[in-house]
Amino acid sequence: MIWRFILKRILWMVPFLFAVSVVAFLLIQAPPGDYLTTYIAKLGESNEVLDQASVENLRARFGLDQPLYVQYFKWVGNLVQGDFGMSFEWRQPVSDLVWGRMALTLMLSFATLLFTWAVAFPIGVYSAVRKYSVGDYIATTIGFIGLATPNFLLALILMYVGVVHFGSDVGGLFSNEYANAPWSWGKFVDLMQHLWLPVVVLGTSATASLIRIMRANLLDELNKPYVDTARAKGLSEFWLIMKYPVRVALNPFISTIGWVLPNLVSGAVVTAIVLSLPTAGPLMLQALLSQDMYLAGAFVLLLSSLTVIGMLISDILLVLLDPRVRYE
Amino acid sequence: MTDHPILTVDRLNVGFASRQGVMDVLHGVSFELHRGRTTCIVGESGSGKSVTARTILNMVPRPGIINGGRILFDPEGTGRPTVLTDLDPRGREIRAIRGGRIGMIFQEPMSSLSPVHTIGNQIVEAVRLHRDCSKAEAREIARDMLEQVEIPQPEKALDKYAFEYSGGMRQRAMIAMALSCHPDVLIADEPTTALDVTTQAEILDLMRKLQDELHMAIMFITHDMGVVAEIADQVVVMEKGHVVEQGGVEQIFTAPRHRYTRKLLGAVKRLEEPATEKRRPAKAAGPVLKVQDLALHFEKREGFLQRVTDTVRAVDGVSFTLHEGEALGIVGESGSGKTTVGRCIARVYDPQGGVMDYRGQDLMAAEGARLRESRREVRMIFQDPFASLNPRMTVKQLIAEPLIVNGLASGQALEDRVAKLLTDVGLDPGMMERYPHAFSGGQRQRIVVARAIALDPKVVIADEPTSALDVSIRTQVLDLLLKLQADLGLSFIFISHDMAVIRYFCDRVAVMFRGRIVEIGETEQIITDPQHPYTRALLSSVPIADPTLRGTRTRHRYHPETA
Repeated sequence: MIWRFILKRILWMVPFLFAVSVVAFLLIQAPPGDYLTTYIAKLGESNEVLDQASVENLRARFGLDQPLYVQYFKWVGNLVQGDFGMSFEWRQPVSDLVWGRMALTLMLSFATLLFTWAVAFPIGVYSAVRKYSVGDYIATTIGFIGLATPNFLLALILMYVGVVHFGSDVGGLFSNEYANAPWSWGKFVDLMQHLWLPVVVLGTSATASLIRIMRANLLDELNKPYVDTARAKGLSEFWLIMKYPVRVALNPFISTIGWVLPNLVSGAVVTAIVLSLPTAGPLMLQALLSQDMYLAGAFVLLLSSLTVIGMLISDILLVLLDPRVRYE
Repeated sequence: MTDHPILTVDRLNVGFASRQGVMDVLHGVSFELHRGRTTCIVGESGSGKSVTARTILNMVPRPGIINGGRILFDPEGTGRPTVLTDLDPRGREIRAIRGGRIGMIFQEPMSSLSPVHTIGNQIVEAVRLHRDCSKAEAREIARDMLEQVEIPQPEKALDKYAFEYSGGMRQRAMIAMALSCHPDVLIADEPTTALDVTTQAEILDLMRKLQDELHMAIMFITHDMGVVAEIADQVVVMEKGHVVEQGGVEQIFTAPRHRYTRKLLGAVKRLEEPATEKRRPAKAAGPVLKVQDLALHFEKREGFLQRVTDTVRAVDGVSFTLHEGEALGIVGESGSGKTTVGRCIARVYDPQGGVMDYRGQDLMAAEGARLRESRREVRMIFQDPFASLNPRMTVKQLIAEPLIVNGLASGQALEDRVAKLLTDVGLDPGMMERYPHAFSGGQRQRIVVARAIALDPKVVIADEPTSALDVSIRTQVLDLLLKLQADLGLSFIFISHDMAVIRYFCDRVAVMFRGRIVEIGETEQIITDPQHPYTRALLSSVPIADPTLRGTRTRHRYHPETA
């Protein structure tokens, strides 16, 4: 039953990813012109002029003179073999550029997700069980402030506080001496020292909304008759709440995996720029601006795949956690 | 009466704290429970029965507080009882008693079990809380308990979830859980109210059997005098937080002293015969709806390839004719397909076969505008007045909605129409700006009725319209429907599992079993002289509100040869 479900979902990913690749390709092609027009404009700024013949020459070399569908199938054909093409702007294979950034992005997303859960879960449960207590009001107030504050603003404030009051090195994920060094224990420690700031900044609004969701869900469950049944069994208050209503109210938590991944990558561009994080967001923005087709395409495709995979994971977890979903 | 009470409720007072101060919901309630005997607590909703039960376990629902009286628990008969009301509601002592010495069964077997844990998990947990045993031993005990409550294949049943059980099975599992630690007292809060009569009869038999085996005291909360007559030794009648009368079951039924007890009994007695004000349809009345060979099958798909493994014939060739001004009852236990028939006629479901002829119109083929038109004339009333009214709409919006959707009235005319409808169903038009939560169950059902008749329908399909209501309210709503039937010339299809209600309201009745009509005819004739064995089995399960007749009938469940 479960295997069937998982297999079905994985099979569905194939046509879905195909559709995503088409859309990604078309989106990148949508703005007028191509990389060369941008390139020529840039050259023009420094008073260099390319003659028509060499433009055509370049265009043919990059394959930009061929019809759209030929370009698409070439791209997809190479993708299947793991070749993401060359970045026009960086003159490097796209995969070299992308993987390092994606790895850091994933790590940052995952750390933020853990932070979000670790903070939102206990506060949300507390808020619901002690409804209208002082603690609940404090959590609610902080939650609303967290929801209402733009991330980049929070980033600026925290950076200011960090630099001025603690004299710590903020911004980026690594100190200068480690930025290009190979991985070592020292680099890891350095990363951890830098990580807290972006994690807090990126996680705040998600935490705030999760607290609200957890509270609302748990409040709905707390008065259900099965809670009374558990109480009438003689279970202690703490365990009965953890085992029954919290378990049922947990579903939205699991669902967050699905949306937290793409959200962090695409929604956090501004924050990433403010904090100068070497994540995928800023590079993708730059690639899109300069119409660096293969680089941008790779990012869009990877982000979409992450979304799909995140959804798959959360759906599978949901099925494992809630037998009612399995039954359908 | 040499034995002393195992549990004494002594002048118990419970109040609900609010901004205006503390409002009492229990006013000095006193009664006793004895080993081996069943005490029924009777009263309508709001009488404080459930609060009393929860207070015994020191689980007063918030914001309730115990502000007077004591509850004494003396299982060994030592004369040195534990004062339950003095214990810390979260403390170790009361938790040892909850589930261990005093077990409890709740009303809603669906929602009283956790949806995400297996039945076995929940019973094992109860066992291990109070008995010192390993997981494997606890599972063994749980298996035995399921066997004792007559659940087939108990080993397999342990690993199932509540939603895989039928209503009756869930209640059996609840009983198994409550009894798994051999409590001295069992509190059952309306344990059979949500079940149909055949299942109810089985659960009552089961509880009596287990009481004999375990020699425990049972406190049985119900609003059904028929059930009281079946199982009670002692009866405590409650009204608005007061105990108005208590005594032996014979005395309560033969010589009720209090006005309220007499009213409760009267409401039951009235339902034992057809309504006096019932106007029979004219002999020459033509048919308004002809249904022939109606069929709807649900397919269950399973396995990797989703092959159809099982077909549930929810409606399997049902035929009947509804005459103008007639009330046709459809009776049967849950799963018999009676609700599905109603929904097919309203075209909530699309039947797969058959003919539905509504005054020359083919209801089967109706689409678009034609379907909207027929839906204007064929309306539905649903079972649960709490769930079928949108809590975010005012009464005016609720009743006006069908009028607005069909473009029949607006502005002042609309308001007048709603006011008129409210008056028709016996509600004050001044209340139309209120939201449903401000109304009681009976009043809400009146609102549902007003909404149903807003479009001057010809046929009303009423799906268990009274089963969520108290007995005295039940007759009021039925009387309202009777009045509307006479005034507006309505025809009713009245779906119910309650024979008494059918007898009171319906001219003819169709008995359904597993998607088929096994018997159809005049109500009185079917009740007094049932032909089909299933009808006889169904009638034998109906509790009779007369304790002297207890045990005079042999109950049996109908098992068709094909099953």
